[in-house]
Amino acid sequence: MQIEINVLLFELALTFYFIATISGVIWLFKGRKATSRTIIALTVVGFAFHTANIAVRYIKGGHLPVTNMHEAASFFSWCIVLLLIYHEYRFKLGLLSSFILPIVFASILASSFFPREITALRPVLKSNWFSVHVLFAFIGYAAFAMACGIGIMYLIQERYLKSKHPSGIFQRLPSLQALDEINYHLITFGFPLLTLAIITGAVWANSTWGGFWSWDPKEIWSSVSWLVYIVILHLRLKVGWRGKKTAILSIIGFVIIICTFYGVNLLSEGSHTFK
Amino acid sequence: MNIIVIGLNHKTAPIEIREKVAFDGAKLGEAVDTLKNAPGIKENIILSTCNRVEIYANVEDPSSGAESIKKFISSFHNIPIETLNNALYVFSGKKALLHIFRVTSSLDSMIVGEPQILGQLKEAFDFALKRKSTRVFLNKLMKKAVSTAKKIRTETRIAESAVSISFAAVELAKKIFEDLPTKTVMLIGAGEMAELAARHLVNNGVKDVLVTNRTAERAEDLSREFNGRTVNYDQFPEELVHTDIVICSTGAPAYILLKDQIHKIMKQRKNKPMFIIDISVPRNIDPEINDLDNIYLYDIDDLQGVITTNIQERSKEAEKAEKIVDEEVEAFLKWQASLSAVPTIVALRDKAEAIRKEEIEKRLGKLSRLGEEEIKSIESLTSAIINKLIHYPIAALKSEAEDKEIMVDIVKRAFDLHTAPENENERPPEHKNNDKKK
Repeated sequence: MQIEINVLLFELALTFYFIATISGVIWLFKGRKATSRTIIALTVVGFAFHTANIAVRYIKGGHLPVTNMHEAASFFSWCIVLLLIYHEYRFKLGLLSSFILPIVFASILASSFFPREITALRPVLKSNWFSVHVLFAFIGYAAFAMACGIGIMYLIQERYLKSKHPSGIFQRLPSLQALDEINYHLITFGFPLLTLAIITGAVWANSTWGGFWSWDPKEIWSSVSWLVYIVILHLRLKVGWRGKKTAILSIIGFVIIICTFYGVNLLSEGSHTFK
Repeated sequence: MNIIVIGLNHKTAPIEIREKVAFDGAKLGEAVDTLKNAPGIKENIILSTCNRVEIYANVEDPSSGAESIKKFISSFHNIPIETLNNALYVFSGKKALLHIFRVTSSLDSMIVGEPQILGQLKEAFDFALKRKSTRVFLNKLMKKAVSTAKKIRTETRIAESAVSISFAAVELAKKIFEDLPTKTVMLIGAGEMAELAARHLVNNGVKDVLVTNRTAERAEDLSREFNGRTVNYDQFPEELVHTDIVICSTGAPAYILLKDQIHKIMKQRKNKPMFIIDISVPRNIDPEINDLDNIYLYDIDDLQGVITTNIQERSKEAEKAEKIVDEEVEAFLKWQASLSAVPTIVALRDKAEAIRKEEIEKRLGKLSRLGEEEIKSIESLTSAIINKLIHYPIAALKSEAEDKEIMVDIVKRAFDLHTAPENENERPPEHKNNDKKK
């Protein structure tokens, strides 16, 4: 019975995110001002169902529900929505949800294709480090997802201004300065989390397998994305890069995160692969 | 109620006629009062701007009302009526409403979407209110027209984009920078258009203004005007490191800023974005500078291009606005049609009877020991009271007084009556026929 409840909650969340995403995209093309609030409301309702779904799985399974592909992808999208709602209320960036919701929906849709049973925690994951490591990683990933969406918005707005034909959604997109600054803030927020995720992972690996680093594919890809973000921060702080170039790098960084997340789990074997 | 519009605007009359017909502030009061006392004209508003002169009136009869207003304009301004006939347009019925709503919403303006007309109309309306030249209908109509204009402003993007060079510059600056108050603007040269653009930037929060010019005197004058600082013309490139917005309009025959120079400056300012507006002809700033990252260089043609696009966007938005106007006019017509007396009288009687019955039933339940005779006399007593009471509003509704429609509206509101939709629908065709007959 409880399984049915969490499946129902999941489907409801998926449906609300779907409607929100579609309205967000339609809003891009023919926007009346009032629609913005509707989209946020739909997202918040979806988020409430989604939170309930995760809570039910947490209670039933007795651990943070991120131990199979379904749960991980779903939790990833939950983290993005959390940050999205925060940014909507804090900064009120025009059209933000139209660009972020497709990422959210893609992730939760992907999650819906994987088996949904609640499984017992594998012995190897029974550690205090588990929740900490996973939380750091996922919230960091979500920050990078947001940075990517905002980077795309920056590139579009920059294109309008450089081409000297501001039309279409130019009026409704935020200013370059706002986009650039929030993109940077998200990366400075996500980077320490990714670093902590890698450190806690290493410590945990050491206590479980007696070695900090085992060149597991996930570990390799994570260090690649970590390098990309440290390069972004370095170029920004020391070399003075900003704007278009850092926006492109933040998109590349997120593509690598996606490779780390889906690629490694689906294509290779290692301690991060779901079983 | 018969609303008519008589007027002329930039499309129908040249300035030579418009200036003769215009009612300037000093004479407006006299004009409104004269019209108020003219026969057959129940209410009037006079709107007089540089692009249009229009009189909105509620008249007893559309065609004789129009004639009397024309005569009024002719005698007030001493213009032969034949001259007026060519320039004036007259609308009545639905067309008049449509015209008023379109004017208020700036759909009939020279530049569609420009908001001044709404303010001018509000002023004209306030003036009429002070002079007591309007009553229920024009008041309601004006309030509806204003709220429709506001609705259009919030639901469409008709007034969102800039349609003048200096506003276009501000609009672009706002999409590059988030916080204009912390930005620095430099005026190179002191053309009129540059000054105007700077003025708009200052109005939008820019505080720090630098001015540089070949002749130092002019620079001093300008910087005093903006509460800014003057920069020596030979040293201005150094100041660019701290400048976010540049407005350039010198008469120099060649480029005064080259790509290499700006490249160095950008490094020094750690690539903080710069917005350069070059409104000089010939151009003063190397156009290749736009290829550099974080620099946005607009020359006069670029700005003109932005305006052209914006005007196109506005006309697209205007289509949405027209739909909203149509809806609102329909709603107003419906309200107008609901002001017929018969269904209101029926509704009033029904309501009174319903209240009487309800109260009787409540009481009789408790007074079960009463005999049939007593019940009958209570029934007739209460009926008599009710009928006497509603006799007065009904008599007022049945009278053929000039303000009958106002009475209907008041009775409907006072007794919270809702007449059935069938009755509302019967009325409009009747109105149309009236218009045709006359």
